[in-house]
Amino acid sequence: MSYSPHTTADRAAMLAAVGVDSVEALFADIPATVTPRSFAIPAPLTEQEVRGELIRLADRNRVPEVSFLGAGAYRHLVPAVVSEVIGRSEFATAYTPYQPEVSQGTLQSIYEFQSLVCELTGMEVASASHYDGATATAEAALMACRLTRRDRVAISTAVHPQVRRVVETYCSGPGIDVVEVPADLAEGGSGLTPVEAVERLVDGSVACLIAAQPNVFGGIEPMAVFADAVHASGALLVAMVEPTSLAILAAPGTYGADIVTAEGQPLGIPLSFGGPYVGLMAARMASVRQMPGRLVGATRDHAGRKGYVLTLQAREQHIRREKAASNICTNQALCALAAATYLCAVGPEGLREVADLSATQARHLAAAIETAGLGERRFAAPYFAEVAVRVPDAARRHAALAGEGIVAGLVLDTIYPELHDCLLLAATELTTDQDIARLVAGLEATR
Amino acid sequence: MSITQRPAPPAGAPDTDDASGRGAAFTSPEASGPPTVVEPLIFDRSRPGRRAVRFPGPSPAARRAGEDQPAIPAKALRHDQPRLPEVSELELLRHFNRLSHLNHAIDLGFYPLGSCTMKYNPKVNEWAASLPGLAASHPLDPAELSQGSLELQWLLAELLREVSGMAAVSLQPAAGAHGELTGMLMTRAYHRSRGEGEHRTKVLVPDSAHGTNPATASMVGYQTVTIRSNERGGIDLAALRAALGPDTAALMITNPSTLGIFEDQIDQVVASVHEVGAIAYMDGANLNAILGRFRPGDAGFDVVHINLHKTFSTPHGGGGPGAGPVAVSERLAPFLPAPLPLIVAGDPDEVRANAWAGRSTPGARFALEEQDARATAIGQVRAFAGNFGMHVRAYTYIRSNGADGLREISDDAVLAANYLRVRLADAYDLPYDRICKHEVVFSGRRQKHEHGVTTLDIAKAILDHGIHPPTIYFPLIVEEALMIEPTETESLETLDRFVNVMHEIAETAAEDPGALKAAPLTTPVGRLDEAGAARHPDLRYGFGNRDDAQG
Repeated sequence: MSYSPHTTADRAAMLAAVGVDSVEALFADIPATVTPRSFAIPAPLTEQEVRGELIRLADRNRVPEVSFLGAGAYRHLVPAVVSEVIGRSEFATAYTPYQPEVSQGTLQSIYEFQSLVCELTGMEVASASHYDGATATAEAALMACRLTRRDRVAISTAVHPQVRRVVETYCSGPGIDVVEVPADLAEGGSGLTPVEAVERLVDGSVACLIAAQPNVFGGIEPMAVFADAVHASGALLVAMVEPTSLAILAAPGTYGADIVTAEGQPLGIPLSFGGPYVGLMAARMASVRQMPGRLVGATRDHAGRKGYVLTLQAREQHIRREKAASNICTNQALCALAAATYLCAVGPEGLREVADLSATQARHLAAAIETAGLGERRFAAPYFAEVAVRVPDAARRHAALAGEGIVAGLVLDTIYPELHDCLLLAATELTTDQDIARLVAGLEATR
Repeated sequence: MSITQRPAPPAGAPDTDDASGRGAAFTSPEASGPPTVVEPLIFDRSRPGRRAVRFPGPSPAARRAGEDQPAIPAKALRHDQPRLPEVSELELLRHFNRLSHLNHAIDLGFYPLGSCTMKYNPKVNEWAASLPGLAASHPLDPAELSQGSLELQWLLAELLREVSGMAAVSLQPAAGAHGELTGMLMTRAYHRSRGEGEHRTKVLVPDSAHGTNPATASMVGYQTVTIRSNERGGIDLAALRAALGPDTAALMITNPSTLGIFEDQIDQVVASVHEVGAIAYMDGANLNAILGRFRPGDAGFDVVHINLHKTFSTPHGGGGPGAGPVAVSERLAPFLPAPLPLIVAGDPDEVRANAWAGRSTPGARFALEEQDARATAIGQVRAFAGNFGMHVRAYTYIRSNGADGLREISDDAVLAANYLRVRLADAYDLPYDRICKHEVVFSGRRQKHEHGVTTLDIAKAILDHGIHPPTIYFPLIVEEALMIEPTETESLETLDRFVNVMHEIAETAAEDPGALKAAPLTTPVGRLDEAGAARHPDLRYGFGNRDDAQG
């Protein structure tokens, strides 16, 4: 299948205008020593053939009937209006808004996204978005180092291991030390980050503490206490939050967070095997010049009409080159548009309903497992919408249930080797009472 | 994908025949009186109590069941409500649809933005990415449930390996700059593995490079050394050789370059880099020009990043999401970020052959690499396995085109750029007048020096013709640069119309330069005060409080 519009006559006319006999002449500057040794790409397919191939691959996946899997990516309703908006060609097939006069749609939608993220997080300024929550958090760590002129960062081990790995990889670039603050994973422990450990490890050499709210186990961390503790050492608090939780959990701006990051996927973005997602980042206005990534600002044209432009670009790579705050070039504009549309579609009440239903079903789920004598919560602390449950023989039973189309969350020792026989179970607004009943029955049957 | 009917441009506006009509003089019905607002902010449409989507409440049984679970402490709770807009679904849809009308887009009109490869994004790719079996696939689902996603990623990596001629591929990086970061981290890990990490501190970058190259080198702690271009627009080989030494970690070179020029001494460039033990990095942003004609692996490159959102047609989305897989040589393969999609059972040749014939291979099994399986890996540059939705689109695109189609893409892209090079050479200066690849870079210096018309004025004048301007003022080594990349999907009529527009603007520049200073006249807003925006940052809605808005 070819998308070329050129007829034989068109090509001949163009070659004649250029003054060459064949298109080969346009590649004569490629040295003969480096011509391709092979180019074994399969034959072209027609649309119906390529559809067949993609259906083959899609059918090789098995979408579970019931899933309690979260661990950083969550099954939520994607409202039809969100898909409609981001499917519009005018948004989807535009480039980065370098010519603001013909990019006001993209620019204003990013300004609205920034405004929504500020409102959700209680912060003063939000970036136009990052690749995902993990890279936003890694960039926040580097930003904290620039702001404090320190070169160590502390991160709770109750932050998702994949996020920690990305933070470590980014920090390895400029040679920033990453100090782990061990969460209390002991038997009968809270599953939270102990305040004493924060106080001990976040000293005057550390730029920031990175903590997640809720943490990877769904646990509610004492973020305000962390903020006070790290500020006492002149360090910053980087809060990585789950965006729907902010309908019922305190806005990070109110508990003293200096930089807030989030994985925005729960806001109307499909799971899509891990991406594309969108990273959110928000901060205080005083630190805006050290913020990485695009920012959109409001301004006016010569006639006084309000309009939007990319702004504060002196931070960015295309101006500052090797002195830039980050090498980031694109954001995830279309995913940011999805998140903005989602937040407007659900509104404050809808977001509260999502958070409340998710949290209620998580509690329902934990209680049902405990009541049936199938397992108990691994950690004592209150949780939001995800909960670690100890279940004997977890890996075997997880595999058996997967065969029946039930994904019983995540077998926790795959990401925390010390946490044996635990399942990390997530609920969302899509989790029904029947789903919970099926999980309980499945765990009974595999006892 | 609906493009609804657009309002007609105002009387006296330049005629446009490309049917884009994008947002021409669009004003909101609310905005009667002086034109101060094009479309109000969604916050200004909010009325308490309105909403679009509703959710079911929890059942009483569910509430009761969880009553004894530990309560979230009051101080961790939110006591106010976020001031999200409260709007009906129709108002919401109209708002964003109206905003969309203010955009130029490839689906509306010509978009010859140099180095951005604004080609047609085929719709079957979108269809593929939205297939429920792929879109609902959770990245941590058990491998038995994700065989299709994993096989697709493995197959795409195989195809990119063949396209690039490299040994191994990671699909994890989310964008071109992210691929660069990955490549530079691997470069450093390689030198460290040989005990040379300490003294290899410099990365050489040609003066025509994109800004991300030096910014990336800095993120990895490298010092950037700029190598000048020669009078033909290629890298100055003598300057390169003089700069190379035992302290060189890598050369990052964009090929074809941002001048649209293929490095015709590329073999000697790579050989010189290897002679001093450094890594040869190719920025593959401009791969669209050379499919089937040049593979970085055959020239000995060690790393190349590939922008799937350029060459492999995934839509740019107004600035992302993209995807920037990296392909590497044997010696860098151990350092690729983890996890890689692997084939763990079955014969790779048989699996490939079957997939190319549209068949699954019985017994074949795919899995993500185990965590910590490769101690040499640089780590992870993104959560999960990359921008999978972009991988689906790129795979669909490559399979649709096939080998012949990919070659034809580059042939037509290069032919179109050369056609514009020849057709516009009488009107604009051409600093490097030689065969180009995917793009051609003109200079507006004649218009500037003779008529006081800048390249910015030219770009704004192009907007009034329903065409997106070329990339301007880049590469930095060309004065008043106009960087034009037509791509392979624009018809000869569109190219000719662009030539006419550019000629007309050159004539106006000579005869009535003042007229161009006022451009654009037909866009939803005129030239915006960017300096004012930076001086007084207004980065969020202020809820009626200006001080609040400005933090």
